[in-house]
Amino acid sequence: MTGISAIPPGLPLILGALLLPLLGLRIRAALVLGLPLLTLALIWQIPDGVSLRLTFLEYQLEPVSGDRLSRLFGTVFAIMAFAGGLFALNRARTLELVAALVSAGSAVGVTFAGDLITLVAFWELLALSSALLLWSAMTDQSYHAGMRYLVIHLLGGVILMAGVIGHIADTGSVTFTSMALDSPSHWLMLAGFLLNAGAPPLSAWLPDAYPEASPTGMVFLSAFTTKTAVYVLLRGFPGADILIFVGLYMIFYGIVYALLENDMRRILAYSIVNQVGFMICGIGIGTELSMNGAAAHAFAHIIYKALLLMSAGSVLYMTGKRKCTELGGLFRSMPLTTACGIIGALSISAFPLTSGFISKSMISQAAADETMAMVWFLLTAGSAGVFLHAGIKFPWFIFFQKDSGLRPPDPPLNMRLAMILCAFICIAIGIWPAPLYAILPFPVDYVPYTRAHVIEILQLLLFSGLAFFIMLPYMKRTLTITLDWDWFYRWLGPRAINGLTQVLSRWHTHRRTDFLRHLGHLFGTLFLYHGPRGILARTWATGSMVLWVVILLGVYLVAYYF
Amino acid sequence: MKQHWLVRPGTIRLLWVIFLFVLALTILASLSTEVHGWFRIDGSFAFYAWYGFLTCIGMVIVAKLLGRLLQRKENYYDRD
Repeated sequence: MTGISAIPPGLPLILGALLLPLLGLRIRAALVLGLPLLTLALIWQIPDGVSLRLTFLEYQLEPVSGDRLSRLFGTVFAIMAFAGGLFALNRARTLELVAALVSAGSAVGVTFAGDLITLVAFWELLALSSALLLWSAMTDQSYHAGMRYLVIHLLGGVILMAGVIGHIADTGSVTFTSMALDSPSHWLMLAGFLLNAGAPPLSAWLPDAYPEASPTGMVFLSAFTTKTAVYVLLRGFPGADILIFVGLYMIFYGIVYALLENDMRRILAYSIVNQVGFMICGIGIGTELSMNGAAAHAFAHIIYKALLLMSAGSVLYMTGKRKCTELGGLFRSMPLTTACGIIGALSISAFPLTSGFISKSMISQAAADETMAMVWFLLTAGSAGVFLHAGIKFPWFIFFQKDSGLRPPDPPLNMRLAMILCAFICIAIGIWPAPLYAILPFPVDYVPYTRAHVIEILQLLLFSGLAFFIMLPYMKRTLTITLDWDWFYRWLGPRAINGLTQVLSRWHTHRRTDFLRHLGHLFGTLFLYHGPRGILARTWATGSMVLWVVILLGVYLVAYYF
Repeated sequence: MKQHWLVRPGTIRLLWVIFLFVLALTILASLSTEVHGWFRIDGSFAFYAWYGFLTCIGMVIVAKLLGRLLQRKENYYDRD
């Protein structure tokens, strides 16, 4: 219960990050690279079960609770923090590094949270640090994007919190275990989790926010928020049928929107939604194979997506440009960035000998095993579509296509090293999947490299490539954006409120003039009779008053007589 | 300016030839392996080749059509 295994493994990252601004450059660099490694070491000290208990109010918290799934996600988060730190070293603002390490630490914190209260605390810290990470780009766009990001994620946090409170009230337990969708509070928790995963209808926050981060910032952002959501769904809602449909929607949403997109980092942002869709679909299928597939795919995805974003980030860092229409032909002067971008693109497409191949195929195999025909056909079409929108489109439009005339060199040494590290991991896992399979949540007896499977995937991908080049004339990039559900809160909402305000204020002005006119009439009439010259304000002679009194008494007398 | 060897028309033609050759090779290779379909149609001849090709063309067309409906100028959301 005590000792080194009781240290929450995310804590050194979070506390260390807060020291960064106070330290000199050299120590700062040492911390940025050293803290993730320390976290990695701590993660592998944590045994199965609860190693730290605290009492908060009347609840038993379990801030450190380990198992295979926690260690898997914790490991890849720590590796990612290291690779991202290496990439960002000496390039990023201090605020960005602090925010990045805090978000990495919060993500690790979520994966080892044994109870829902700790989970929500780290969940919110992750949202706040991600918003700071966005703002650290210090541009006008990143400020507004960060605000929208925060609004959506705080909403998600409130929904999750409401679900958690309901769950505690229903069951009296704060332990985070798998749940069935049998009560409103569980639905609320699912909604809160899915919002962070980029699920519909609120998936637009992801491609809206991430591409506005700095060249190095998006590498960090891509890793933690959505994959933390995948982790909590794996633990909380395995086998929930609805997740299959949510996942399939995300897969095709990502493909279609990425095909229409012109900004290279938005293409990659849409493809995050697409890839998380595969994982969520795997969680929904809910067999051991599909859950292993989802977990392995999350692991592989974090690394190859980081690699793709590092390559895109290098291009942005060296050229200051991010639109396909302004880029092209960069392979001439950026050979290493091109090679690493292609390795990332092949991995995301699940080409044989890359990490995507050994992970994604587990999910479609699970769909086949469960004889979910429709799901299998859609997953296979989705795999082809990944090659189309990310596997070829990204490297083609950035590094080949036309000659943009730009001749930027490869980025500085630390960025090159980070790309080489990620590219190495992508290929190493692809060639030698056993170490990754060994740390998956369930025992694996899946063999990815069979002759038939390799040939099938090669056919699928290469013919998708053929389709890409045949359809190339129709894929010419245009200077456009594509509307999404966020149109409702970015365009319609503000306009509806403006319109309503105008109608109300017009009505108010109208009513006000009307009212004032009537009031004027009233005062006018009163003035007529009671004003200084009004009939009732005249001075009366005493004689006429006596006359009137006599008349009144006379009338009274006559009335009495009858 | 001298063209990079990779973008010369001759090289591009050669790349196309190699690409088509590899495509043919994958189809030939599938003839020699036992086809094991899970759902009937996926056991048909060169299923992955035509399925990948057709679904990709389908996805591009769907994207194009949806784009007509949903694409706007880049500065659509910009504040004035």
